[in-house]
Amino acid sequence: MAQANMTKVQEPFVRMVKRDTISMQKAWAIRLIAVLLSLIVCAIAIVPITHQNPVEIYAGIVSGAVGNSRRIWVSIRELLMLLTIAVGLTPAFKMKFWNVGAEGQILMGGLASAALMIYAGNAMPNWLLLIVIFIASAAAGLIWGIIPAIFKAYFKTNETLFTLMMNYVAMQIITFCIVFWENPKGSNTVGIINSKTQAGWFPSIFGNAYVLNLIVVLLITVVMSIYMKYSKQGYEIAVVGESESTARYAGINVKKVIIRTMALSGAICGVAGSIIVSGASHTISTSTAGGRGFTAIIVAWMSKFNPLAMILVSAFLVFMQEGSIEIATQFGLNKNASDIITGIILFFLIGCEFFINYELKFRKKHEEEVQA
Amino acid sequence: MSVILVFLQKAIAQGVCMLFGASGEIMTEKSGNLNLGIPGIMYMGGIAGLMGAFFYEGAVENPSPVIGLIVSAICAILCAGLGGLIYSVLTVTLRANQNVVGLALTTFGVGFGNFFGGSVSKLAGGVGQISVATTASAYQAKVPLISEIPFIGPVLFSNGVLTYVAVALAISLAYFLKKTRTGLNLRAVGESPATADAAGINVNRYKYVATVLGAAIAGLGGLNFVMEYLGGTWTNDCIGDRGWLAIAIVIFAVWNPINVIWGSFLFGALSILYLYVPGLNRGSQELFKMLPYLVTILVLIFTSFRNKRETQPPASLGVAYFREER
Repeated sequence: MAQANMTKVQEPFVRMVKRDTISMQKAWAIRLIAVLLSLIVCAIAIVPITHQNPVEIYAGIVSGAVGNSRRIWVSIRELLMLLTIAVGLTPAFKMKFWNVGAEGQILMGGLASAALMIYAGNAMPNWLLLIVIFIASAAAGLIWGIIPAIFKAYFKTNETLFTLMMNYVAMQIITFCIVFWENPKGSNTVGIINSKTQAGWFPSIFGNAYVLNLIVVLLITVVMSIYMKYSKQGYEIAVVGESESTARYAGINVKKVIIRTMALSGAICGVAGSIIVSGASHTISTSTAGGRGFTAIIVAWMSKFNPLAMILVSAFLVFMQEGSIEIATQFGLNKNASDIITGIILFFLIGCEFFINYELKFRKKHEEEVQA
Repeated sequence: MSVILVFLQKAIAQGVCMLFGASGEIMTEKSGNLNLGIPGIMYMGGIAGLMGAFFYEGAVENPSPVIGLIVSAICAILCAGLGGLIYSVLTVTLRANQNVVGLALTTFGVGFGNFFGGSVSKLAGGVGQISVATTASAYQAKVPLISEIPFIGPVLFSNGVLTYVAVALAISLAYFLKKTRTGLNLRAVGESPATADAAGINVNRYKYVATVLGAAIAGLGGLNFVMEYLGGTWTNDCIGDRGWLAIAIVIFAVWNPINVIWGSFLFGALSILYLYVPGLNRGSQELFKMLPYLVTILVLIFTSFRNKRETQPPASLGVAYFREER
């Protein structure tokens, strides 16, 4: 610093300093500010389109997301799906394995459960059928997840693009099956499967169609957070994610961990597919996963794999999506409006992490005068 | 014979969109930024060009095709560049994870395209679908005279203007990267930003410029698709997976713009092959459509088998550069 006095180095107007620690409150305050900013930007985007004032718009979003009990349950259903997929992706991402193939794993799981509903609908009692559906869809997702993992483990094949391409292969398999399953003939859609017998549908519990979804998803979430936090395997995943060399030095079989973890991740995404098909839509199409596999990646990443944060982030995203879909339908616009809103919110949430990790220091006028 | 002619011509037409995307992505990746937002950026470019032409044609009495072409190209470049700017601000300045930002940008861009594609006509007070036939005719115009030459004419010279722009861009990109000082600097930034920084290269500026320009180039791919292929209209999810395939072609072409040219046309051919193979029913057609993806997977596996130095991605691809963490 002695040099600074002599040559009078120009201090930049603003510089960043890495924070050592940040208090919980401060971090959440920053996130809250980001959320508020994103809401303001969303409003700025919506106002010129609908010519409503922002207050009306947000009233509309609230009513669209949680306005009546049917809408509340639709929002909960969407939240549960996003959460399952995010939970399923967590082990893979904690291992720094870029599983961009959740869409494909969901589709394959959904395909397995649709196939069972169609071909085995009358062969066994519903409770048994549901168990078979869970097992089969988990197996289908597992196979879809494990193929890129094997190549990654043995040949270091780029997993991001491999898993991505697997999505499209899965989509083509689905369109292939739709040719055989279409109902009515020539419609190129499968229609509602077993709409009369409801075989393979999640049964209503307490008179509500989505309670079983809730139970299954919460079970998966709790078991997975215990697995990740307290089990030896969960610890191995974290070590491999931090540094493969360290893991190898510590005697961890890295190849085995990669393959095992992706098997688990794929299986959970497969089950998510069965929850979508058996538990909600009761049909299958190429848009069954509907981009959730991608949104869930960001949910998992931003929540830093903390299950509670995952619930919060998914809830907020679903709330805004369902709300904006409602507004778009009111004005006869198409429902892709919700993707724009999701995108804007994600940009702000991703961006705000910087301000949690770094502190901005502005140039101080006085100090410089004193030094000079 | 004529079937083969049509097939080759359609394959090239299909490939142009991906050629733009892949050239843009190479430019971006050479700076060390792995932009997975390219699919979304192509949607942004496509819809912005379409909207530019739409409002131009709506505002003037007798719209001229050439002015429509210029207006829509500028709109596409600006909007796609904006997508690249969002990506750069988040990954370079705010140091966010590149993959996460890219995926968010794709979600945003695809939604942006589909939303305005489906609603812009209604928002402007009209009914029905957006359609800009006048401007599209400028994009679809064939090269006069030489397109009449037998065989060569229909295959090579019957495409719209953007086809030739795409090939020229890819060739000049190859020249720029290999033969110019700035291109060398850019590659240095992608290979080893710390070394580049020490040599006095402004790493962040290179990353910003390469990403924004790369995005603008990719945006032209979306523009080409909606104008030349769809004839100035929009259908939901129309650009489909071509953005992802463009990223795959970059790997297929081992980061060499010249390989991208024939790689894109090859992928274009693969994606329409099912229409030309005789004796396919509806089911087996769907299986044939898997080809581009299966080929990509095979290429990925193959390139990971042989670890030649020339076929490797930029060394610090996907890794953010923090000066203070050197």
